[in-house]
Amino acid sequence: MELGFLILSIVKIVAILAYLYGLFWAMGHQNKIVKVAGIVIAFALIQLALTVKFGETQILNDFDRGLVFQACTMTMVALGLNLIYGFNGQFSLAQWGFYGIGAYTAADITYRWNVRDARGLLVAGIGVILGGLMILAVSRLVRRYKGMPVLSQFTLYLISCVLAGAIAVYIGNAINPALVPLFGTPDAPGILASPAVLQVVFLLAVLIAGAFAAEVSFLFGLPVLTLGSDYFGIATLGFAIVVQTLMVNTDTILPFPEMKGGRGMIGIPKLTTWFWAFLFLIIIIVVMRNLIYSSTGRAIMSVREDETAAKAMGIDVAFYKLFAFVVGSLFAGIGGGVYAHYIGFLSPGTFDFLVGFNPLIIVVFGGLGSMTGTIAASFGWIFFLEGLLRVLLSQLGTEAPTWRYVLYPIALLLLMLLRPQGLLGNVEWGFLKRPVAALQAKAAGR
Amino acid sequence: MIATANTTPIPAQAPEPVLEIHGLTKVFGGLRAVSNFDLTVRRGALDGLIGPNGAGKTTVFNMISGLYTPTSGDIYFYGENLVGMEPHEITQLGIGRTFQNIRLFPNLTVLTNVLVAYHPHAGYGLLDGLVRSRRFDVKEREMIERARDFLAIFGLERYQDELAKNLPYGEQRRVEIARALASEPKLLLLDEPAAGMNPAEIGRLMEYIHFIRDRFNLTILLIEHQMRLVMNICEQITVMDFGEVIARGTPAEVQNDVRVIEAYLGRGAAARQGVSM
Repeated sequence: MELGFLILSIVKIVAILAYLYGLFWAMGHQNKIVKVAGIVIAFALIQLALTVKFGETQILNDFDRGLVFQACTMTMVALGLNLIYGFNGQFSLAQWGFYGIGAYTAADITYRWNVRDARGLLVAGIGVILGGLMILAVSRLVRRYKGMPVLSQFTLYLISCVLAGAIAVYIGNAINPALVPLFGTPDAPGILASPAVLQVVFLLAVLIAGAFAAEVSFLFGLPVLTLGSDYFGIATLGFAIVVQTLMVNTDTILPFPEMKGGRGMIGIPKLTTWFWAFLFLIIIIVVMRNLIYSSTGRAIMSVREDETAAKAMGIDVAFYKLFAFVVGSLFAGIGGGVYAHYIGFLSPGTFDFLVGFNPLIIVVFGGLGSMTGTIAASFGWIFFLEGLLRVLLSQLGTEAPTWRYVLYPIALLLLMLLRPQGLLGNVEWGFLKRPVAALQAKAAGR
Repeated sequence: MIATANTTPIPAQAPEPVLEIHGLTKVFGGLRAVSNFDLTVRRGALDGLIGPNGAGKTTVFNMISGLYTPTSGDIYFYGENLVGMEPHEITQLGIGRTFQNIRLFPNLTVLTNVLVAYHPHAGYGLLDGLVRSRRFDVKEREMIERARDFLAIFGLERYQDELAKNLPYGEQRRVEIARALASEPKLLLLDEPAAGMNPAEIGRLMEYIHFIRDRFNLTILLIEHQMRLVMNICEQITVMDFGEVIARGTPAEVQNDVRVIEAYLGRGAAARQGVSM
């Protein structure tokens, strides 16, 4: 049994890497038909593997299904971190905190919706939109008064965002009673209780979660990103701890009894299907790749290479640091939203800052500044650590799975000694390659 | 002002000043790194700023390019006061610079190094990049072609896909100057361009500096230790010591100035050379 399982697990890891390679090859193809077909086939393959049964056995059983979703969300979080750390050079430990913020925000929206309370969606949605508008308005104002100290700017942004939140709560509470009748009763469900509406609410919830995480990261990053790299790392660690502490106390010091503090939030509707996970994953990968291979991406990378030189080249270093941080957190927030609705249960323990080193390890493992590396490492890591090792070790004894936290740091140490640039270094696959070759071909064919 | 210290008559219609610095002072704690510094650089000039180590030359450059905020004083660039502006705003106004210790983007290719300098004039926004609009395609291709042609001017096209850190030292210098020029400056500040170069390389650098000035219609201000370079190519020289200007003039005048000799070689040497006050 052990040997069979071992071989099967390795086959699975190889298969998933081949799958990713094929997907990126198709996405990077010149022909649009191949592109679309590749994405559809990639979606269908996993969808079939998750549903079709050959007698008793399924290609991806329920355990593997969990791993697939976990790998998808981990990819989103780790890609965001790679943007912040790998491409922009800001060592951040806060990524896990933004992941948690996204998870709790999205979960709260759909949870409340399911208990016929539209306030979650209303308040969070209005708050995020108003907050975003406020930030834009204040940034206009700040630009007019040159040389304003960062802390004064931060205070202005904070006040306006708190104001936006207060307005959102007020409006949400005012509109909610009008919407409640539309939910109907449990016996006669109203229009808002229909499954289709719930799917839309889920989509909105994930997007709002991402936007909310992004806005929080903006407020946090604005003053903190002025710190030098090491100090920034410490500050972000502090942030991750604050977020986790707040999660433990959601029902005491925060007014969210449904989150149940340290006992964990239960009853989140399990709405994440493979379709949604795949959709968000592909969107994030495409956005990330297009961002990196544009002038903005080059500006982001120049900040990592040499801040002073970037300034002398006309790059607004402070802006691009903040920009990369906010976009990275946006990805983490979306990942959190997807995760919450796949697992259906959120516990503050999941968002402990120690666990938060996982995306960091994945990013370093796959290669800093390599998108392929991050994606492959996320999938490989989840399938290896959570899939193979856990099951294999559990054969040895009930406490044995803990050994994986001894084995994989050793693996990491060996990797750092033997291949410090990460497993894949600078290698990018298909779609994720620098598209200069394509531009050259076009220019030559002109 | 140069005119007062200058013995050669200024032509009737002197070009307009590009850079005017008045009473520039920078204090670090108790140290006056730069004290009451004045300078005027006219359009098309190739001027030098020299002085012993620690004289405050690089501090002046850092204040012009906005990396340091002056304690007091004004810096006018085509009549606009630069004090209080962010470094990237100053670059976008048209002041390019290189650094004493080369500051390329080491892990980016030579082509990308130049493309970064084009970023403020990219011609497409973030959204164009994200959705890969037609505008992005056109502008990006234009930018890359422009960067290639640009590197070809300097004979650097064969390095375009190399990582900047893998280039030989002299070539890195040339790439750094090329990158500074890609940001389309009107005034170029060169901080010790000949540092670490051998005589043959310095000879080529001098030709190179003349070439870029004529080709790009530039005004150049350079800091240098290599006397051969300064004396050969600079038209006007300002000498600094301990944060203060001690002499100005043409290379010949500066070379014979007793305070300059003292600053470089010491009081005794100045006496032995037979230069008396």
